[in-house]
Parts: sequence; C-alpha cells; structure tokens
Amino acid sequence: MPMVSVTFTANLQRHVTSPPADVAGGTVRDVLEAVFGVNPQVRGYVLDDQGSLRRHMNVFVNGESIADRRGLNDAVADGSEVFVMQALSGG
Amino acid sequence: MERGASGGPDRWRVTDSALLGDSVSIVYVDERDGTVYAAVNLGHYGVKLHRSPDGRSDWAECATPKYPSPPEGAEPDRCPMAGIEIPWNTELIWSIAAGGADQPGVLWCGTMPGGLFRSEDRGTSWEMVRSLWDQPARKKWFGGGLDYPAIHSICVDPRDAQRVAVAISCGGVWVTMDGGATWKCHADGMRAEYMPPDQSNDPDIQDPHCMVQCAADPDTLWVQHHNGVFRSTDGAKSWSEITTIEPSTFGFAVAVHPADPQTAWFIPAIKDELRIPVDGRVVVARTRDGGRSCDVLRDGLPQTHAYDLTFRHALDVDETGDRLCFGSTTGSVWMSENQGDKWACVTTHLPPVHCITFAPTVA
Repeated sequence: MPMVSVTFTANLQRHVTSPPADVAGGTVRDVLEAVFGVNPQVRGYVLDDQGSLRRHMNVFVNGESIADRRGLNDAVADGSEVFVMQALSGG
Repeated sequence: MERGASGGPDRWRVTDSALLGDSVSIVYVDERDGTVYAAVNLGHYGVKLHRSPDGRSDWAECATPKYPSPPEGAEPDRCPMAGIEIPWNTELIWSIAAGGADQPGVLWCGTMPGGLFRSEDRGTSWEMVRSLWDQPARKKWFGGGLDYPAIHSICVDPRDAQRVAVAISCGGVWVTMDGGATWKCHADGMRAEYMPPDQSNDPDIQDPHCMVQCAADPDTLWVQHHNGVFRSTDGAKSWSEITTIEPSTFGFAVAVHPADPQTAWFIPAIKDELRIPVDGRVVVARTRDGGRSCDVLRDGLPQTHAYDLTFRHALDVDETGDRLCFGSTTGSVWMSENQGDKWACVTTHLPPVHCITFAPTVA
C-alpha cells in the first residue's frame, strides 16, 4: 500500500486540530479516510453530508487538483503529497 | 449583553463574546437547563453547531445535523423556481427549539435546504424527520432570497409537546400533532403576491418570514410573511391577514407578548425590493388589540438617514413581556423596558445582527 503525506490548510487549524499525517492508501478517498479514522472531527470540515468534497474545498495531489470531487477515486502513488486546501474564489 | 454594572442599573452593555469572526446563523437558549446553542456557517468548512452550558464558557462543537443519502438512482431534487439542484446537505442551521418540559434532551433543528432534524441527547446526535422531508409537496418548496428552502421557525406547543409547527421560506407552515409522525400544511388564508394569481393561495408555496406562538395562548400564532402579516387563533389551522401594521406590512421579524396574544411587534421595511426603513426612520410597530390598530414606536430610535434592516431572528421579547430587544444590519442593538414605548441604544458596533435572544432565568 502506498504511503502518502497529507497536509491540511493552516486556516483549518483555527477550527479543528488537523496536523500533517503520513498514511497508507491507494486513492484520495483511502488517504482521507485514514486521517479521519484517527481524527474524526476533521471529516465534516472537508467533506459534505454525502461524502463529497465540500463545494469550496480542493484537494491537490502532487500539485494537481483532483478530478473526482464526488467519489475521490483519484489514485495516489507511494510518496505522493496530498494537500487539502480552501478553493479561494472572489476577492 | 447584561444590565447593570458600570453605567447604572438600567444600562445594558456588551459584556462577553464567543465564536468571534464566524457567521452565527442562530443562537438558542434551552430554558430547561440553560444550555446555549449557536450555529455557525464557516463557508469553506460548512455549517457547525456549538453549545455552552451557560453561554459564557466551555463552548464546544456538538453534532451538526447531517442529511441522509438520497435514494439510489433517484433524479436530483430541483428548485421549482430556479431549476437548481437541491443538495442533500446541511447548508444552514436556521432554527433550534427545545422539546417539551417532559422531553429532557429533545431538540428540534430546522435547516436549509428544508430538512427538519430531531435530537434526543441535546445535540450530541441528530436524526432527520423523514416524515416531513418525504412529503410530496416538498418538491414545490423553493428558496426565498436564499438558494434553497429553509425552516426558520419552530413552535413547540407548551401544552402538548407532540404539537409542533414549523414555518418554511418558501414552503408554508407545517404542523404535526403526533410528535413528528405525520404532518399537514396549514397555510390556508395566506397569499403570495410573488406567484401567478391562480397559485397565490397555494399553502405549500407561502413565504412566512418568521412565526411566533403566544406562550399563554398557544392557539395564537403570528407570522410576518413576505407580503403581509398574518395571525392564526386556531393553532395554525387557518390564517387571517392583518393589514393595519404601519408604516409597512413588509419585514422579517415578529414577536408576541408571552401572556397577551393580542400584543405583537414588527419592524417594518419598505418592501421586498427596498429593504430599508420607510423614510430612513427605524420604527417598531406594535398592536395591542390583535391587529385592529397599530402604534408606531420611535422614541429613542434613529429618525434620520437610518437604513437598518432587522433580520427575522433579531427581535425578541423577554418572559415578562415588557422588555424587548432588536438588532440590525448596521450592528446596532436597541433595548426597551416598556414594551417598546422607549428605546435605548446598547451598541452600534457589532457586525450585522442575525439573532437576538433573551436568556431566561434558569431555576
């Protein structure tokens, strides 16, 4: 199983503790579920009620935005860097 | 805010703060145990619910109501007005109400896009009230001002907590007599100017902005509606339009005297397309005779170039019925100790005020 590093936007720290983590997983969904398994409160800040990425959040894998915001089935490789960020819009 | 301390015994002042920098959509005090609930909309991170044992300290996040999964393969719900998809997701928490005194721990929660939730453990967990969500008429509901329909008012009958009425923008007034097992829409008598004439009396698309219930006479409910004021004296079975409210019948907030069902207060704005006070003067409208006549109260309120709008939850009356408080979009708050005859400004420096609620004395 690939090992992946996950980093959350620093702005999230104001609301919920979400330190960087090294977790195992083959998809973005696997990786996030591994983090939520240890830190369940983070889930609702990143995913909506249906488990999709929140409308104004984004996930980057090695600098690329993921394609599957609903299923989170984008693949990750060993050593990938996953960043969970705010999708900034407006001013 | 508290009264007393510096400035004299009658002087109210802001004494504490919490959840600073976040948009608070509703604050609710559970009279049964003093717990204070506050819902925040964090934008990127969604909606959250917090609670504190006394509203001063130990604020902690509790569970946020969560929508269930839609049926497999079902066509998405769409707003009948705008055609946009209705998400099965808590977009806003807009109302919280305690169950009866005989139902410790029970809370109701109204949300956008129209889901009602119930908790039996003070908000530690929530379950959607499917009996309302699954009503076929829900497909007719739509957002009024906001993108999606939303439940903003919940009235639990103090005589019988199985009787609950909720008001929805725009979805009428829905009543259960059996604790939420079954529901009926009770908006007969309301009219909607924003619909074609042949649909204006359809109960399912009415836009009550706010609904309140008289504690001493729960069969009397008052509604500030999108295009008028309505009153029911038969437990929401039927509604009569009140046309005497001055200087306008448009507004969002309404309060009813807890002991006198004939006395209610409103904070009018010009109209839906002009959401500012008439003539730039902030006034409170009061009726003491069930809407037959109206007093326009302005003593202590700004009367020149004042463009404050008062949102639907930003007016409250306390348990005595004498003290009122309201806030506005300019971050101003006014207090009256005599049913609105005179007002004193508490502050003009808050962010836009979404909600005002008195914290009753907890035994």
